[in-house]
Amino acid sequence: MKKINDRSMDIGPFVAAPDDDMLICRCEEVTKGEIRKAVHEGMYTLTEIRRYLRTGMGLCQGQTCAKLVKRIVAAELQVSPDELEPATSRSPMRPIEMEVFAKEADADE
Amino acid sequence: MKRYDLVIVGAGPAGLSAAIEAAKRGLQVIVFDENEKPGGQLFKQIHKFFGSKEHKAKVRGFVIGQQLLAEADEAGVEVVLNATVVGLYMDKEIVVQIDDQVHHYKGDAVIVATGAAENMVTFDGWTLPGVIGAGAAQTMMNLHGIKPGKKILMLGSGNVGLVVGFQLIQAGCEVVALVDAAPRVGGYGVHAAKVARTGVPFYLSHTIVKAEGETEVTGVTIAQVDEHFQFMEGTEKHFDVDTICLAVGLSPMSQLLKMAGCEMEDNPKRGGQVPICNKYGETSIDGIFVAGDVSGIEEASSAMIEGRMAGIAAAHYLGYINGDELEENMSCQTSALEGLRQGMFAPKNRGKILERTEEGVLTSMNLLKKGFVADDEIERYPGVTHRVGIHPVMECTQNIPCNPCQDACPKHCIKIGEKITSLPAVDETAQCIGCGLCVASCSGQAIFLLQEGVEPGFTLITMPYEFLPLPEKGDEGYGLGRNGEKLCKATVIEVKTSKAYDHTNLLTIKVPEEMGMRVRFYKAE
Repeated sequence: MKKINDRSMDIGPFVAAPDDDMLICRCEEVTKGEIRKAVHEGMYTLTEIRRYLRTGMGLCQGQTCAKLVKRIVAAELQVSPDELEPATSRSPMRPIEMEVFAKEADADE
Repeated sequence: MKRYDLVIVGAGPAGLSAAIEAAKRGLQVIVFDENEKPGGQLFKQIHKFFGSKEHKAKVRGFVIGQQLLAEADEAGVEVVLNATVVGLYMDKEIVVQIDDQVHHYKGDAVIVATGAAENMVTFDGWTLPGVIGAGAAQTMMNLHGIKPGKKILMLGSGNVGLVVGFQLIQAGCEVVALVDAAPRVGGYGVHAAKVARTGVPFYLSHTIVKAEGETEVTGVTIAQVDEHFQFMEGTEKHFDVDTICLAVGLSPMSQLLKMAGCEMEDNPKRGGQVPICNKYGETSIDGIFVAGDVSGIEEASSAMIEGRMAGIAAAHYLGYINGDELEENMSCQTSALEGLRQGMFAPKNRGKILERTEEGVLTSMNLLKKGFVADDEIERYPGVTHRVGIHPVMECTQNIPCNPCQDACPKHCIKIGEKITSLPAVDETAQCIGCGLCVASCSGQAIFLLQEGVEPGFTLITMPYEFLPLPEKGDEGYGLGRNGEKLCKATVIEVKTSKAYDHTNLLTIKVPEEMGMRVRFYKAE
């Protein structure tokens, strides 16, 4: 089991920082402070952060912020970013309207 | 569901090259690309590429794109544009969005060549309009003919930052500074030198503190950082700019592979999450191959070779060629790829400070810290010599895989030899005729012709010049040093353009004799 899954690990209390209101996920408007707080609330993996805050769930699908979020979470957990499990990849890879996603092309049948 | 021998995701340099090789061997190939134009980043690349002939050296990127498209067309490759692959499932089933419908395809083999996305960096104000990626700047300028801004600060001294920085100047923007948190220039010295000589100051060990402005960028503050990348108080510098361009690296767009279940690794040397693959690009899943930046950040020339290799490997996987043919077909690709991965910027040398070149010449530390070779460093390189009459001066000071200058000289004045990373040297026994083909052939714009000791008291300097408006014969201006500093008055003697020079103009200026080895750029009065 990876170190990051060890929930008994003491990462200390959340300490406010001057750049906490910096936007990190632009699509879903999530700030650095919110991400850091989420870690202290027990969200140790990127998947948990994503479900909790919706980081990387917007229009760009994490293209811009994935690495940034990873770095912030790793710093908060005091581990190297490589030690974090990367977030899951699943279809649809790109934003797509549900109407389109459900519309199978007839020609292919 | 439609079935193809080979489905390729991405019609960039890697994807198209793969498609060509596979189709040539009889595979039925379809390529999907989410963009409205094929070619990936190639059509934004207006500069000449490095390498040797087999790597299409000295050909401009967009021309290579046109060649690849023609080759793909001829080989019978089907390229579908505005086609977004949204899923790659078990048994190589691919779901593609085209218009307002999703289509299902199955590839007996699949090559993922999705490329990379730009990294971002956060600072106070980074979400203000006017903060853009270098790729976006290039798209605006080179695809749409739009200037991204008037006054621009470039963050990042890798090849992307340097090349795009130069192109911004070509487009008529003012680049106020080139900034990098790293202590040394990351990209090719020749790319840095051509930016520096236009007068752009380099700030290494500096980064952005904040972007200023209420509704858009109106300025930027940078500051020096220590070895732990922490700001040093009192080192802040302000610039009035309307645009901040970020060139801080790329990340592989490998999500499709992860989704397909390929074994992945987090490899900072390759730029992030990449699939584990063998030397021909085959992933842990039989029949799924990768090529180009998606499997590790490099550049377009190696992406094209990796693409060709993946295409050949897919042909072998499906039984279109046998094992002997595979080995035979791969050997020249492998050696071409090896050729590109040599020299000071080879993957194995990443992050190292090399104090000497392969020839044993001391590296220019000034080049690494300020973007130009200092006057007292330049004469130690084998391409820099003095001679009465006309002769080439090659300010090529790092071992990079590139040798078009050697082939360009009809009189064989320039020697590189078998090893393409060697520094070019002057063959003293051959006689330069001043044709200028070497000047135009140098992708790094690092070759100059000097005519010394012909007119008493003066030296004529011929330099590559890719800016508009072109100066005219008789114009008076200034000779600028390698750092862009005005050194002396200069008179334009000749401006040569020729098809053989491929849009690199040759500008000849006359400067006082003692400035011959110092002036490397011209600025109109």
